[in-house]
Order: sequence, then structure tokens, then C-alpha cells
Amino acid sequence: MSITAESGAPTRTEDAGQSLLSLQGISKNFGAVQALDHVDLDIPAGQITALVGDNGAGKSTLIKTISGIWQPTAGSILWKGSPVTVRTPRDADLLGIATVYQDLALCDNLDIVQNMFLGHEKLKARLLDETSMEKIAKQTLADLSVTTVASVRQPVGSLSGGQRQSVAVARAVMREAQLVIMDEPTAALGVSQTAQVIELIQRLGSRGIAVLVISHNLTDVFQVADRLSVLYLGNLASQGPIANYDTQSAVELITTGTVSHPEQHGGNANNHDTGGAEP
Amino acid sequence: MTTQTPPASEPAPAAPASPAAKGKGPGGRDIPTTVVVAAPDLSDNFTEYLRAWGKRIRNGESGVLPVLGGLVILVVIFQIQSSAFLSARNFANLLVQGAPYVLLGMAEVWVLILGEIDLSVGYVAGIGAVITAILAAPPYGYPWWASCIIAMLATGAIGAVWGILVIRLHLPSFVVTLAGLLGMEGLLLYLVNAHGTGGTIRISSSALLDLSNGNLSEVASWVVMAVAVGLFGAMTILRDQRRRHGGLVAPPLAVTLMKVVAVAAAGVALVYVCNINRGSLFGVLRGVPYPVPIILGVLVLYTFALGRTRFGRYLYAIGGNAEAARRGGVSLGWNKFWAFVLTGVTSGAAGILYASRLGSVSNNIDGGTLVLYAVAAAVIGGTSLFGGRGKMVHALVGGLVIATIYNGMGLIGLAASYQFMVTALVLLAAVTVDALARRGRDNA
Repeated sequence: MSITAESGAPTRTEDAGQSLLSLQGISKNFGAVQALDHVDLDIPAGQITALVGDNGAGKSTLIKTISGIWQPTAGSILWKGSPVTVRTPRDADLLGIATVYQDLALCDNLDIVQNMFLGHEKLKARLLDETSMEKIAKQTLADLSVTTVASVRQPVGSLSGGQRQSVAVARAVMREAQLVIMDEPTAALGVSQTAQVIELIQRLGSRGIAVLVISHNLTDVFQVADRLSVLYLGNLASQGPIANYDTQSAVELITTGTVSHPEQHGGNANNHDTGGAEP
Repeated sequence: MTTQTPPASEPAPAAPASPAAKGKGPGGRDIPTTVVVAAPDLSDNFTEYLRAWGKRIRNGESGVLPVLGGLVILVVIFQIQSSAFLSARNFANLLVQGAPYVLLGMAEVWVLILGEIDLSVGYVAGIGAVITAILAAPPYGYPWWASCIIAMLATGAIGAVWGILVIRLHLPSFVVTLAGLLGMEGLLLYLVNAHGTGGTIRISSSALLDLSNGNLSEVASWVVMAVAVGLFGAMTILRDQRRRHGGLVAPPLAVTLMKVVAVAAAGVALVYVCNINRGSLFGVLRGVPYPVPIILGVLVLYTFALGRTRFGRYLYAIGGNAEAARRGGVSLGWNKFWAFVLTGVTSGAAGILYASRLGSVSNNIDGGTLVLYAVAAAVIGGTSLFGGRGKMVHALVGGLVIATIYNGMGLIGLAASYQFMVTALVLLAAVTVDALARRGRDNA
């Protein structure tokens, strides 16, 4: 069982309002393998939540459960406080949950506008309304300050990794997603591209969009996140405002599921769950 | 049956939140805001446009111009070898000969865009021709147009079967349509032997024979050409204006006008040559052959469907990255299904034109060579065999290249052996140019 930060004294960030998305006791079994074990995760609106954990900790399973690819074996999902079932990616889409997958799900042969509207094309008299689609796409990219693409009419295949990430995120923003889930957005990127994506994530937060970002890179996490959630062997080992953690405690939580010296962490240690691995 | 598209009531993505929301993070973080400078794509400025265009060519997005250049070289070579090549009679003949290849190439483009292939189009064309010929003759005696429609529906149904096998059973289209090639050859033999005499079915309907052998009158030729060029020019200029009106970049007016003038010049030349009397001692023969407006009509219709409808967009998306299309909510099954149906329908039409030119359907139609020409036409024109890239105009240009080789080598008296070898070289050259261009793009 995990005890979340919210179960302790309310902290500064939590009293801002209820969670946008709240997972309650989510479990997921694949046959005998329990990938998720009663995970209670809270994602507040307008904040950037980083989800970290070692390989096999259940991060991917968790986001696939949220984005409708898999159904939880047990537990419930609350969206803005009311229970919802997310059976398909389309359900998630309709709620306002957009997932930017690691492989980005872009068509290299289509241009930026075509990719951003793929499956959601604007029509005029039953025909593609290219002019207004191009305008909206341009405006969205401009609002996200994506400045590096020369033309929105170039094929996505000719873009760099960071630019592709930007297009995928812009697509989510354009569809008015309220929660954007990003799976390892900086995994395959170089230094400047990573900076670009980090900046982009910060801009999402500044626009009031909640972000759940999975990352292995703790430097990135501490740079960008408002909150941290640590998964360990399918359990939520800890979650709370990023200020309650430092790199050392985060690494310990990722590798062991517990923090050995909670008193080192500025008195906020009561927000850690220290019993993550063992029930 | 347009259920492949999501409901039209899909909430349109509204304009993004006001810029006022920008610049203030929840944690008081200062967000760097940069000014957007939209670099010119194909900009309003003429020299800029040329520069951007040159860059596109280097990136391997050259379009059909290199192939057109190759076509011009071929024409010049053949004209030097035989002065009869560009004579009015041979020119019109070449157009009529090339029409079935062009249509078969267009049939193939539908499935090539998906990354699939249809090896059966040659014999499916034969089936279309046989059905038309049987229905138009006694004892059925259907009107020619009804025979054509029924035949094209039948070939469409054949395409539907391939589609269902590929989509439902996840069989590779190569194998399904290879079986189709063999099966349809058998069906063709059966139908011709059952209904024909001496291994052929003669076409007696004069309207059917006219499809390939008839000509527009001289006046009608000019009128059709003028209307076609006028529509092309008006649509191009209107589209550019709409883009500028919407604050988007559009090609400079000079470039658009040059395009329109080039198309008009080609049209005038075509009609002028076709209107020269090419008849023999016994009669006068003038005007643009019917296959030309037929092909152009199909070209416009299909190009429109591929470029301006959701269906067309989804075919490109599926060919580029099927998984991405699926996650976007695109129905893979329905869109693929209709592409296979359109391949079948178009093959049937090609078969009708082919039989109309020959005046009969024979049981020794070489459907194997026809399909290879069809794929070659699409690929020479610039369509990718790997999906995601291709246009209908590719089949037109590629089909013309093949018809030119076929016709020109026949004219200078070279045997079929040379024709095949030269076609092979041209095909290799086309794919090589494409591959080199793509490598250039990847390195860029």
C-alpha cells in the first residue's frame, strides 16, 4: 500500500484545488504478473508531474491505463472529481487527455499541418479546409513559441527530434488537451533539443495544462517538474511537491522504494511514503 | 458509404488560448518567450521562391519535372531517328496507345500509396473488357454505357475481394493479388472461350469502338482545351488568393502565371497537332482522340479525391505510418478497402479502353506485362513502392514515357526485345534518381 503525500498535512501546492486526474487503487495484472499494485496517483491541474521509476516499475503500464490502451484490473479513475471509464484512446481524447508517445505517432510523409490535424481534419463543404488548418497550426506553434521550424508545410520526416516532439505536443495542445502525458520526451535528444523540449513542457504548465512526464533523467525532472511521483515495482513509493525531494532521495526511492534518512530532507519527509515496497 | 470518416460533428479544434495566458508559470517561473519568425516556405517573393524551389529539388521533392525532362529527351531522340514520330498521325496514335497504361498506372497508384500492391490489374482489366464486350453484344445487347458500368462494378468487386482478404485476414497484398493474377487469367480464358469464337470476342458496338478510336470535332477540341486550361488557371489563382487572404504564403503571381501559360501552351500544341488532318487518301481525320479527355477527366477527379478529401489524406497517412493513423482515429480497414475497390474499377476502365482500341478481346491478353507496365508507369512518374508517396499525375507522365518507348521503338523498327530492355533501363534510371534524391534529403 502506498500512503500519498496528501494523506499527511496538506501542503502548499495541494490546497490550490482538487486534482484534475486522480487514480484510486489502480491495479493491473498481466496473468500472474502484477504490474501495478493499488496505485493512488494525483495529478493537479496546471502542474507538471514527473513520474519516475526504474525499468519495469510500471510507468508505461500506468500511462497506458490512463490513456485508454489498457483497462485497470481494479481501482477507479476520477477526472475532475467524478469517476470515468477510459476504454479506448478515443475516450481519453474526448476527456481531454492527450498522450505523446515515445515513438511520437507521426507520419513522416505528411507535413506538419497534416500531422497536427490527422484524424481531426477541418472540412469546408466536405473538403479539406487547408487554409484554416494551416492558420490554426501556425498559431498553435507560435503560442508554444516553437520557432525553429522553417515551414509548417515541410514533411515531418525532415524535422529534428526536438521539432518532432514539438509537433506532437502542439497537436495535443491544439485539441485543447487539459492533461498531456509525455513518455520519455527527451530520451533520444541531444542537449539543445532537450532544452527545447523542457522549455516546451514549461510553457504547457504556464498555459494551465497539466503535464505528466515520464523521464529517466533526474536533471530534467528537477528542472521542470512541480511534483514528483515515484513508482517502485508497481507501487507508488512516494509522491509530493518537488521541493520535498533532492536527487539523492529520488534515486533512493527509485532504486529501493524507500528513503533511508528522511530527516535530511528539510522537514518535509513526512510527505514521503516510506513503506512503498512492503505492505 | 462514407463511414470511414469520423462524424462530422467532431468538435473543431478551437483557436488556442489567448496569448495573455503566456509568460507566467504557476510557480512564478519566468518563461522565455521568443518572437516567432516564420521563415518563408515557398514565399511571395519571386527570387525567394526560386531559391526555395531549388532547395526542394535538392531535397528530393523535385516533382515530375525531371521525368518530363526525360520524356522530352526520349521524344527528341525518336524524332531524330524517325521524322514520322512527331507526325500528327503518330502523335495521336501514341496518345491512344498510352491511355490504357496511364489508367492502369492510376489504378496502381491507389494501392501503392498505401504501401500495398495489386499484381492482378492486368487481367482484371481483361475481365472488364470481356464483360463489356459480352454484355454489349447479342444476346444481351445492353447499351454500351450500361455494359461499361456493369463491367467496372464487377472489377471493383474483384478489387473489394482482394481488399477484404488483405484487411481481414492480414494477408500480404503481393500474394493475394498474385493469386488474383493467376485466377483472373484463368477466368479470362474461360469467359473468352465460352463466349467468343477462335479465342477472341469481337466488339461490334460502334460507341465502344469510338471510345479509343473516335475523336472530338476540331471545334470541340479547342473548346474542351480552353475550358480545361481556364478552369486550371482560375482554380490555381483563386487558391493562391485565398491563401494570401488568410495571411498565408502563396507562390508569387509570376510563378502561377508561368504555370498556367505552360499548361495553356501544352494544350494549344496538343490540339493544334491533333487537328492536323492525319487521315489517309480515303478520308479526313482530325481532332483530339477521346482517350485524351477521358484520361484528363479521371486525372482531375482522382487528384481531387487524393488531395482535397479526408479519404485521400488518410491513404497517405496509412501509407506513411499506419499506427499513427490508427491512433489518430483513422479507420484503416475502410480506407484500404475503398482504395482496393478504386484500383479494381480503374483497371476495368483501362481494359475497356484497351479492348476498344484493338476492336476485340483476345484470350492472349498479356496481363502480366500490363501490370508490370502499370507499376513501372507509377514508379517512373515518382510514386514510391514503399507507400506514403505518390500522385495520379505520376501515372500520366510515367505512362506517357512507356508509351513513347513502345511507340518510338516500333516506329524505328526495333523488335520487342529492345523495347523491353529500354523500358527496363528507363525504370532503373527513374528509381535510381528517386533513391539518390532521397539520400540527398536524408543527408540534408
